Amino acid sequence: MAITAFLTDSTLCIGCKACEVACKEWNNVAEDGLQWSGFSYDNTGAVGASTWRHVKFVEQTPEPGFGGNAPELNSWSFSSDVCKHCENAGCLEACPTGAIVRTEFGGVFVQPDICNGCGYCVVSCPFGVVERNEDDGRAFKCTFCYDRQKVGLKPACAKACPTESIKFGEIEQLRGEAEKRVASLVGRGMKDVQFYDASDSSVGGTHAMFIVRGDPRSYNLPPKPEVPTVYLKKAWRSSALGALLVLGGTIAAFLADGNRNRR
Amino acid sequence: MATEEIEADGGNFEWDISLEDPLCVFQVLKRHFSRYTPEMVERYCGVPQDAFLKVAETFTSASGPEKTAAICYAVGWTQHSKGVQIIRTAAILQLLLGNIGRPGGGILALRGHASIQGSTDVSTLYDILPGYLPMPVFGADSRKLKDYINKHRVRIGLWSNFDAYIISLLKAYYGEAATKKNDYGFNWLPRVTGDHSHYGYWIDMQNGKVDGLFVMGQNPAVGAANGRLERTALSKLKWLVVRDLVEIETASFWLDSPEVQRGELLPEMIATEVFLFPAAGTAEKSGTFTNTQRLLQYRNKAVEPPGDSRSETWFMYHLGRRLKEKAKNDTRPRNAGLNALTWEYPVEGEHDDPQVDAMLKEINGKTFSDRRQLKHIQELKNNGSTTCGAWIYCGVYPEEGRNRANERQAKDLLGHGWGFSWPNDCRIIYNRASARPDGKPWSERKKLVWWDAEKKEWTGLDNPDYKKDLAPDTPDDLDTGVGVTALGGARPFTLHSDGVGWLYVASGLKDGPLPTHYEPLESVIKNPLYDQQVNPAAQKKERPDNAYAKPSGDPRFPYVLTTYRLTEHHTAGGMTRTLSHLAELQPEFFTEISPELAEEVGLTHGEWATISTPRAQVEARVLVTRRMRPVWIDGKRIHQVGLPYHWGYKGIVKGDSANDLVAISEEPNVRIMEAKAMVCNVEPGRRGVNGFSTQRAQSSQRKAI
Repeated sequence: MAITAFLTDSTLCIGCKACEVACKEWNNVAEDGLQWSGFSYDNTGAVGASTWRHVKFVEQTPEPGFGGNAPELNSWSFSSDVCKHCENAGCLEACPTGAIVRTEFGGVFVQPDICNGCGYCVVSCPFGVVERNEDDGRAFKCTFCYDRQKVGLKPACAKACPTESIKFGEIEQLRGEAEKRVASLVGRGMKDVQFYDASDSSVGGTHAMFIVRGDPRSYNLPPKPEVPTVYLKKAWRSSALGALLVLGGTIAAFLADGNRNRR
Repeated sequence: MATEEIEADGGNFEWDISLEDPLCVFQVLKRHFSRYTPEMVERYCGVPQDAFLKVAETFTSASGPEKTAAICYAVGWTQHSKGVQIIRTAAILQLLLGNIGRPGGGILALRGHASIQGSTDVSTLYDILPGYLPMPVFGADSRKLKDYINKHRVRIGLWSNFDAYIISLLKAYYGEAATKKNDYGFNWLPRVTGDHSHYGYWIDMQNGKVDGLFVMGQNPAVGAANGRLERTALSKLKWLVVRDLVEIETASFWLDSPEVQRGELLPEMIATEVFLFPAAGTAEKSGTFTNTQRLLQYRNKAVEPPGDSRSETWFMYHLGRRLKEKAKNDTRPRNAGLNALTWEYPVEGEHDDPQVDAMLKEINGKTFSDRRQLKHIQELKNNGSTTCGAWIYCGVYPEEGRNRANERQAKDLLGHGWGFSWPNDCRIIYNRASARPDGKPWSERKKLVWWDAEKKEWTGLDNPDYKKDLAPDTPDDLDTGVGVTALGGARPFTLHSDGVGWLYVASGLKDGPLPTHYEPLESVIKNPLYDQQVNPAAQKKERPDNAYAKPSGDPRFPYVLTTYRLTEHHTAGGMTRTLSHLAELQPEFFTEISPELAEEVGLTHGEWATISTPRAQVEARVLVTRRMRPVWIDGKRIHQVGLPYHWGYKGIVKGDSANDLVAISEEPNVRIMEAKAMVCNVEPGRRGVNGFSTQRAQSSQRKAI
C-alpha cells in the first residue's frame, strides 16, 4: 500500500472553496453556521470538527522585491488548510482509547465508534486541527478520505480542486515535485516561496505538505510545531524530582521532629 | 481624393496596401486613437503610466509570428452602455497584432452561465432565428420571402447561401406544409414589432401590455436591473409560469417581495396567477452545452428527476403538443403556423420524455425526401429539399448513430474527437489566418492550417475554416464573384463580404464604426475626451420608476458603484443560496469599501451601511478592505463602492438585492444594462423599511451629531 500525502500549493489556489464543499458533500458534514465573519471572504473560520478543509484568505502587502504584485499593491492570497496527518501525531499519542489510528496510507484516522470524547487529542494537536463535536463531544477531523483511498480514489478535495492546487499522491514523489516547483517559482522571482512539512520539528514531517509565500504563520502553519510527548521525559523527570523533593522534605521533617523531641 | 461609396455586400472601395493613404482605415484609426495617450490613461483612468505601458508592452511583445496572446473577458466588459465597443476595441487589438485565427490567440468571452453560446446559436433572443438569421421585422421585412432574402443575403462569403439557410430552417419548422408556393411558410414566422428584449418587454409589462409570462432558468425579481420595476411589473400579469429547482423570488414576489413588505403591493390585490413547476436539475436531463469555444458537448441523463420535476424539453414538447391539439380543428389564420408546425419527436421513459437526440438530428439537418442526415453545411439547398434547424450546427449529427457532440475520444491537442465545434468541427475559427497569404504557416511553432501544394488542398492540425480547394494564389473577384470563391485564396474572414477582418466597421453596428470613450450613463465626472458625455445610441429608458442621477457629478450620489459576482454563488443565488454548503460560504450581503472611504463616511467594519441610487436603497454589511482603492482622476480622488449581487428574499440566506440599485438601460447593439458603473451614495446604518425617508432621517441625525 502506497504511503500517500497532500501537497497544497497555495500559489495555485484561487480561493474557490470547492475543496471545502467537496469535503463536506463526500463526508456528509453539515453546514456549521451561516454567520458572516467580515474576515475577507472567509466565513468558515478554521479547520475544526465540522470543517475539515478550510481556505484561508490572506490580505497583505508583500515586501518589495519578492515578485508578484507591485510593492504598493495589496496581495490577496489563498491557501487550503487541512489536518496535517503528522508522522508523530500528537492526537494519536494522546488518545487513551485507541480510537485514533495510523492507516495503511500513512494518515491519522479517528474511529468515531471508539472515540469516547475525552478530548485529550484536542489539546495534543500542535496545529489546532482536532476538535470535539458540540453535539456528542466526540472528536472529528479530516479522515484523509480513508474510504476513498481504500478503493483507489483520491480524496474528495483533491479531486474537486480545479487548479491542482491540492495535489495528492505518493509522498516521496510529491516531495520531489514540491522541490522542483519551489525552485521554479524562486527562479521566476518569487523569492519568498517556501516548502512546509514540519520535518525539522518534533512532528517529524506531515502527510499534508504546503507551498506558501512569505511567513507560513499567515496560513495557520506554526514555524515550530511540537508534539506534546517530546516533553514526556522532561515531565517525568520533573515529576520524579518533585516526588523526591516531597519525600526528602517529609523525611527531613520527621528527622527534625525527632531531634526536637529529644531536646 | 474621391472615395467611392462602400456597398453593403462588398463592392467597390479603394485599397492602399502601403497603409499610407490618409484616408485608409489604418491612418483613420491612428488619428482617431491619437488622443488616447498613456498620459491620458493616467489622468482619467487612474492607471499609472508605467503600469499601463508595462501591460501594453507585455501584451504586444507576446504577439507575432512565434507568439500569440489571447484576450479573455467577462461581463465586466459587456455590462456597459458601450459594452460592444469595448469588445470591438479588443477585436481591433487582436487583428492588428495578428492574434485571430491562430492557436493561443483570440478573444474569449467567459460566459456567466453554461451554454450562453448555445442560447444565441440556437437562439433564445428575440431578434435572431437559429444560426444568427435575422428575425423578420414587421414593415421593414416585407411579406415576401424573396425580398427578405435579397435584403439579408450577401453576395460574397458564407452569407451568399442565406437563402439555403432560411429555407432549410423553414422546412425544418413546417415540413410538408412549407412549399415554394407559400414561401415555405415565411409568413407564419412571428414579426418583430418593437423592442422585445428583456427590458423592452418588462417595460411593456409594467405598462400593462403583457398578459402572461414563462420564466425558466431566470430569476428576474432579483436577477435583473431595477428589481422594484421588475417585481411590480410581475404584478400586472394575468398569469405567470415559473419553472425552477426551488421556489425562487420571481415565483413568490406576491408574498414576500420588498414591495409587499413596504406595503406598496398588497397580496390580496395582486391578480397574477402564479404556476410554479419543479424543474429537473442538470444531471437529471440530457442535452448539449455549447461553450465559449463553440464546442457542443452532449451529456446523458444520470438519474431520473424526483417527483414531478421535469426537464425543459419535456415541458416545451408537451406544451407544444397540447397547444397543437387544441388548435387542430380551429382553422382561423392565426393558428395556421401552429397547425403547420412539425412537432413529432419520439418519446421515451415513463414520463414520455422527448428524445433529445431526435432534436439534435433536426438541428443538424436532413434531406427532406428520405430524411438522410446531412454531413456538411455545403449540402444545404435553397429549393426545399433539405431541412436544418441551425445551419452552423450542420455536421454535429452526420449519420444515424453518430452524435459527434457525445464523442469523448480526443485524438490531438486541439481536442478533435471530443465533442463537435461549429462550423465543421473547426476548433479555431478563421484559421486560414494562421497561414501567410501564400499559404505557408507564419511560423513552425504556431502552425495550424496550411496549403498542401501537392494535394492542392488546405490541410493541417485543425479542420480548415476555408474552402478546401481554394488555392492561396486564387485571385479574388469582389466585383462580380459569388460566395466564398469570390474571396480568392487569401481572405480568411469568410463571413465578411470582403473576407478581411474589420478594424473599421462600416455596417452592422448600431453605434459607431470605431470605439470611442463615453462615460457611463451616470458618472462622477464629465467626459474628458469629448463634449458628448455618454453613448448617444444607448437607451436610458428614463421614467419615474427608472430614475437617473445627473449624467455627471450629481452631488447626491458622489461615489462610483459597481456590482459583481462571488465564486460561491451563482447569479441571483437561486441555485446556491438554497444549498447549505454554499450558503455558509457567503451568508450575507456585504459592501466592499476602501479604508479611505470608510473614514470619510464614518463606516465601521462589520457594521451596516445603506447604499442608495435614484432607484432604490439597500443595506449591507461593511467589509473594509485595502483591495478597494480610491483612484485619482484628473486630480480628484474618486471612491468606489463594490457590491456582490447574489442576494434576495428567499433561500437559506437572505439579503437585499444589489440589482435593485441598477437602472434599466440598453446598450444599442445587444440591449444589455449598465451594471458595472453607476453612481451611488453610501451612509452608515441600516435602511428603514420605507426607504428614502429613513435615509434623510439618518443623514440629518448624523449632521446633528
